This record gives sequence, C-alpha cells and structure tokens, in this order.
Amino acid sequence: MNEVYLIGGMFAVTFSVRYILFAMAGKVKFPPWLNRALEFVPPVVLMAIIAPNITMPKGELWLSPFNPWLIASAIAIITALIRKDLLTTIVVGMLAFAGLRFGLGM
Amino acid sequence: MSTQYSSAEQPESRRFSEFMAGASATVPLLVGAAPFGIIFGTLAEPNGLSALGAIAMSLIVFAGASQFIALGLLAAGASIPIIIATTFIVNFRHILYSANLVAKVRHLPHYWRALMAFGLTDETFAAVNNRYQQQGNLQQAHWFYLGSFLAMYSNWVFCTYIGLTLGNIFPQMQNWGLDFAMSVTFLGMVIPYLKTKPMLVAVLVAAVLAVASHDLPHKLGLLLSAFSGIAVGLSLMMLENRKKKQLQVSE
Repeated sequence: MNEVYLIGGMFAVTFSVRYILFAMAGKVKFPPWLNRALEFVPPVVLMAIIAPNITMPKGELWLSPFNPWLIASAIAIITALIRKDLLTTIVVGMLAFAGLRFGLGM
Repeated sequence: MSTQYSSAEQPESRRFSEFMAGASATVPLLVGAAPFGIIFGTLAEPNGLSALGAIAMSLIVFAGASQFIALGLLAAGASIPIIIATTFIVNFRHILYSANLVAKVRHLPHYWRALMAFGLTDETFAAVNNRYQQQGNLQQAHWFYLGSFLAMYSNWVFCTYIGLTLGNIFPQMQNWGLDFAMSVTFLGMVIPYLKTKPMLVAVLVAAVLAVASHDLPHKLGLLLSAFSGIAVGLSLMMLENRKKKQLQVSE
C-alpha cells in the first residue's frame, strides 16, 4: 500500500514537471536572457548529478589516481574529445572502469 | 528539400523513417542506460522496494536518476513525502528541457504533448534536441521523438526486470559499481556542449559546487549548484557580448 502512494506521488511530481510547459504550449513567452540561460541547463544539470558520483563514489571526497570512477571518467573525457562519438565514449569509459576495478582490483 | 516530397504526399513512410531514426539515434544512449536500469533492479529489493514496486516504478515514474535516489532514501528510512519532494527537486531539470522544446511541439494535439512529456528523459532530450536543430522538414519530427522515447522506455523496463532477476542470483552485484554507467553516459552527453568559455566555466562551477554541497539535506545541493553554474555562465556570456559590441563601435 505504501508503495502505491510512493509511486503515485513520484509519478505526479515527475509528470507535472515534464508536462506543464507542453500543456500551456507557448502561451508563456520567455524573455531573451531566459532563453539564453536555458542553453546552459542540460550540461550544467547533468554535471551537477555526476560530479559527486565520480569524485565521492563511497560518500567521501576521493581525489586519487586509485579512484577508478575518477580515472575512467578522465579516460572517457579524452575519448569524447578525440572521437566525438557518444557510443565510443560510453563503451571505452565502461571498459576502462571494469578494467581498473576488476582487472587491477582498484 | 521539402519541395521534392512534401510530408502530405507520403506521411506514413515519412513517419516510419522518423520513428526508426529516433530509435537508432537513441541506441548509443541505451548502452549507458541498460546497466543503470539493471543496477536499479538489483538494488530494489535489498533497499526495501518490492519486485512489483520496482517494475511499477520503472513503468509509471520512468525517471532513472530519481528512482535511484528514491532507493537510497528508502534504505535510509526516509518518509514517503520526503522521497516525493526529492523526486520533484531531482526531476525539476526536465522543466528546462521542456522549455527548450515547447516551440517545436506547440502545434501538436494534447495527447501527443502529454505522451511526449511522459517520455522526456535526459537521453531522449539529447537525441531529439539534435534532430530539432537540423534544417529541413520537421513536420513529422514528433515521430522521431516517439521512436526515441519507446526505445528508452522498453529498454528501461526490460533492464529493471533483468536486474531483479540477476539480483536474486548474484546478491553481491550491487557492489560492482554499475552505477558508473549513468555517470559515463551523462559525461558523454556533456562534452559536446563545451564549445565556448562561458559554457565550460558554467559546467566547472556546477561540478565543484555539487561536490561541495553534497551533504546538504534532500539533494538541495543539486539545484543550488545547477542554478549557480547557469548564473555564472550567463553572466560571462553577457559580458563577452558587451565587449564584442564595444569593439564594433570603436572600429
């Protein structure tokens, strides 16, 4: 029963956030500065989500060459800059992570 | 381009090709989403969410990062209102995705817009935003969106199921670090944006602040660092524009 409330509530807030502007469909107009601000949103929010995952995978800041999350991320960034291809970046990053963590036991 | 075959001539084949293009543009993103969905499935029962609850959450809520965070809060014994409020905060970024897309979808009927809103994930936004920035015929581009959404959705629900099954066979799987799949996918999505100095600085500010504010309650640090990064990036961009204007005047 609790899970019904939990999932119902999570659905309600998530769908509302995703739908409200589509529902109003352009009846609100944004000023130019807000439009420019929106261009920053995706990369900034995504980075805010992942930065703690990578630098503090075990809950505390871990800036070390022995942190496989951090090193595999660095390898993924370099791959993304060279190859400019998302699939390659993801696959190389995950292989690097698996190699560091399970191959080298980091 | 659009004069050669207008969308009125062959709407069906046009729709199908848009749908398939949307699904295939999303395939690279599935590679990252799949392990993430699997780890969500494996973590569900150890963290106090039933198998049925996990499948229902993936089917009904369909928001990876917040589902993951909800599990952490469940395990920590947080109350349901706290988990729902956190979900709201974590998913608030989607309003900004929809603001980016609203001009492209406002001509569509309500049921289309509701369906698109339900399917608005980070991955589908990335795929669809690319499509909408291309020139040419965008009249059937909502089928591209549908293709991307259904690829993500079926993959997410299926992987949740796989994870539940694997979690019962290999209980130690939750320690493998499969959550790195989400990080590397998001990282790969961020890099192409980093073409200007204001954007680079905005992302760095957000990263540092997100780490510094990580211990704030209810994931408030996420919103704080996002808004700070955007404010810094926007200010830098406006400063650059002002300098350019002054240079033009003095020339």
